[in-house]
Amino acid sequence: MKDRILALATAVFMTAALLVGGGQSAFAAGSPADVNGSITVGIASDLDSSLDPHVSSSLAGTREVLFNIYEGLVKPDTQGNLVPAVAESYAVNDTADEYTFTLREGVRFHNGNEVTVGDVVYSLTRAAGLETGEPLMATLAGISAVEAPDDRTVVVTLSAPDAEFIAYMTAAVIPEGSDPADGIIGTGPFKYVSRSVQENIVLERFDDYWGEPAKSARVTFKVIEDGQTMVMSLRSGAIDMAAHLEASQVAELSGLSVLEGSMNLVQALYLNNARAPFDDIRVRQALCYAVDKQMVIDLAGDGHGTALGSSMYPAFGKYFDDALTDYYEFNIARAQELLTEAGYSAAKPLEFTIDVVAAYTPHVNTAQAVVELLRQTGMVNAKIEQMENSAWYSDVYQGRDFEATLHGMDASTLTASALLARFESSNAKNFIGFDNADYDAAYAAALATTDDAEQTAKFKECETILTESAANVYIQDLADFVVTQPNVQGYQFYPLYVMDMSTVYKTA
Amino acid sequence: MQYVLKKTGVLVVTLLLISLLAFLAFQIIPADPVTKLLGTDYTPERAEALRHEMGLDRNVFVRYFDWLTGFVTGDMGDSYSYGMGVEKVLEGKGAVTAGLSLMAWLMVIAISVPLGITLARFQGGRLDRVFVAMNQVFMAIPPFFLGILFTYVFGLVLKLFVPGGFISPRESFWGFLGYLFFPALAIAIPKAAMVTKLLRSSILNQMQMDYVRTAYSRGNSRWGVLRFHVLRNAILPVVTFVAMTLADIVAGSIIVEQVFALPGLGRLLLASIGNRDYPVVQCIVVIIAFIVVFMNYLADVLTQYIDPRVRLG
Repeated sequence: MKDRILALATAVFMTAALLVGGGQSAFAAGSPADVNGSITVGIASDLDSSLDPHVSSSLAGTREVLFNIYEGLVKPDTQGNLVPAVAESYAVNDTADEYTFTLREGVRFHNGNEVTVGDVVYSLTRAAGLETGEPLMATLAGISAVEAPDDRTVVVTLSAPDAEFIAYMTAAVIPEGSDPADGIIGTGPFKYVSRSVQENIVLERFDDYWGEPAKSARVTFKVIEDGQTMVMSLRSGAIDMAAHLEASQVAELSGLSVLEGSMNLVQALYLNNARAPFDDIRVRQALCYAVDKQMVIDLAGDGHGTALGSSMYPAFGKYFDDALTDYYEFNIARAQELLTEAGYSAAKPLEFTIDVVAAYTPHVNTAQAVVELLRQTGMVNAKIEQMENSAWYSDVYQGRDFEATLHGMDASTLTASALLARFESSNAKNFIGFDNADYDAAYAAALATTDDAEQTAKFKECETILTESAANVYIQDLADFVVTQPNVQGYQFYPLYVMDMSTVYKTA
Repeated sequence: MQYVLKKTGVLVVTLLLISLLAFLAFQIIPADPVTKLLGTDYTPERAEALRHEMGLDRNVFVRYFDWLTGFVTGDMGDSYSYGMGVEKVLEGKGAVTAGLSLMAWLMVIAISVPLGITLARFQGGRLDRVFVAMNQVFMAIPPFFLGILFTYVFGLVLKLFVPGGFISPRESFWGFLGYLFFPALAIAIPKAAMVTKLLRSSILNQMQMDYVRTAYSRGNSRWGVLRFHVLRNAILPVVTFVAMTLADIVAGSIIVEQVFALPGLGRLLLASIGNRDYPVVQCIVVIIAFIVVFMNYLADVLTQYIDPRVRLG
């Protein structure tokens, strides 16, 4: 018995020794792809609902898997452009309220049938809820009619002009009359094979795909909720790759390929603008001055992450304004001054609670760093309350019963609206209760115009207002690590939260 | 007969109470299924409409009764978060948890019975002294920690299994059992330490009794006394404990399933609580409660079988 313990202890120390030394990138380039290859991907959360592309779009983890199965009339590419998919081309009228699509010939569903205008009309009618009056996808609520004048053309009419509307046409096309609850049929590079709750989702290459065929024959998404187990599974080779890892997890891995991209979300200390103490702009600005973003990124993410100054991240290109990033340059004296003006002092410090979802470790770590930095002012006493995901939704997001929360907001479509709409005063998603007439005006102007340059300028104006009025304490776009076995190649990052498996392959 | 009826009655009442309590517990914690389903697409109107559609706006007791009627007639309802029937969601999950628990339970017996007897037989010997010293440690190690340790040592260093490489019984039954070996051992060790300790002290206790002296005086060897006289008496409290351990093991597997990425009932239960997926939670709770109550009942029967002095009635 004693000997066994000793052996065990030795083994543990040996393991510890092996663990030292971080992950390095070991990229063997240029080997041919194994066309019969099978890739197993670890995902941190199970998919929700019935895999209905028009319904389940609210969960980012589901969206990124469905991206491989379903396609819309257009789809995003890695550069953030929208490229034609089921449609071959499209045109917009001058008033931006009528979009005309020409279907691509020879696009097939996974059941073998060719896509017809009837399928497209059915899909958009269903997603926009034209018959029920209840849109399944909130982004499509602006559609007033979908018609097919001939057998290759679909015309979508909007009730109000929207120059960004084309980005919403990534909505999935499904066969006419079908219900995804009865069978998952799309037009994407992979077709659905099977699913076992909490275990896996299996996809297979669709050989009749209209575009570049997928490089691997089979992809299995394996559900592994526990972060430590995910790391073990990568080390043991049980999975070929995993995305959305954190710096601390990557540090435990060696001999695997590590790719660094960004999560494409706006991580911030979101403040409840509608309620004391954050209804006072001086208090909000004080926090902005007191939080040194680079320090937070160094403390919480080992220096990986991109500092942000407003509700926009760099992957959006033209909408991103880097000048806002350092609008509030770290300045403790200024923060103390503003806090004093607002009536706080060392004897009567500002006290508030930061709500964080416990399962999102990067947010928890960031919150801890923020609390520490705020403490340096000598006038702020923030405490962290960790909560469960469902409770966060009900109390913070939907109930708006919070003071501050550290969270990340992502974009489900490639539009500035996806990030900026929520700060319009009457928007249902405006959980921070931001109410600014200039913002509402600028946002409305941006939506109304069809001139791209003017629209971009108006959206930037929105971002500037958010920064100047210190709506939130903006922090960063988190680093996103994708770790793969050395023989897995071809992964590409998108400016959206998706995981495109069609380019990923194992070397033969 | 009367005994069986009475016990069955107790079983039914217990299950009813537990399922009702589980149902009521969801009324106390924040959020409901609609919260999670709508997520960031939430608007009060959509939430209201969805609640109405799902029947969540009705009185909690009405809903409970509804669920109960369905359950009794074999309709377990539909899962809210997976959009399919509960029986479909549970498919295969029970086999994983049952396999894991049974294997761990058999390990507990296989380790502790021979070990307990041997230790008592050689009381005060070297092995016994080491065991007594180490026992506290083994009893105190939580299974999830052993799980992490095993993953490193047996999985990554010695490569005896592939951590995270669960094999479903549909693919390969033996591969499935093979993968369950280390998770089961992680659950079994602390329990085995307890049972060994209990058995050892129970035997040593009996050895002080008068009948043992009598047995010796009749010329029995130490082994003979142990085997034919002491063991029958000593094993009584142990049997009850071992039977109850199975219930404990089923509950304990929840965490271990997480560590070894096993798609079992425990992991599903945790996720479903997070999703506020009542139909799934209710079903799993009833299954686990049934196992606990049933094992208790089995322990009673076994006790009677081993010791006829215990009258059941």
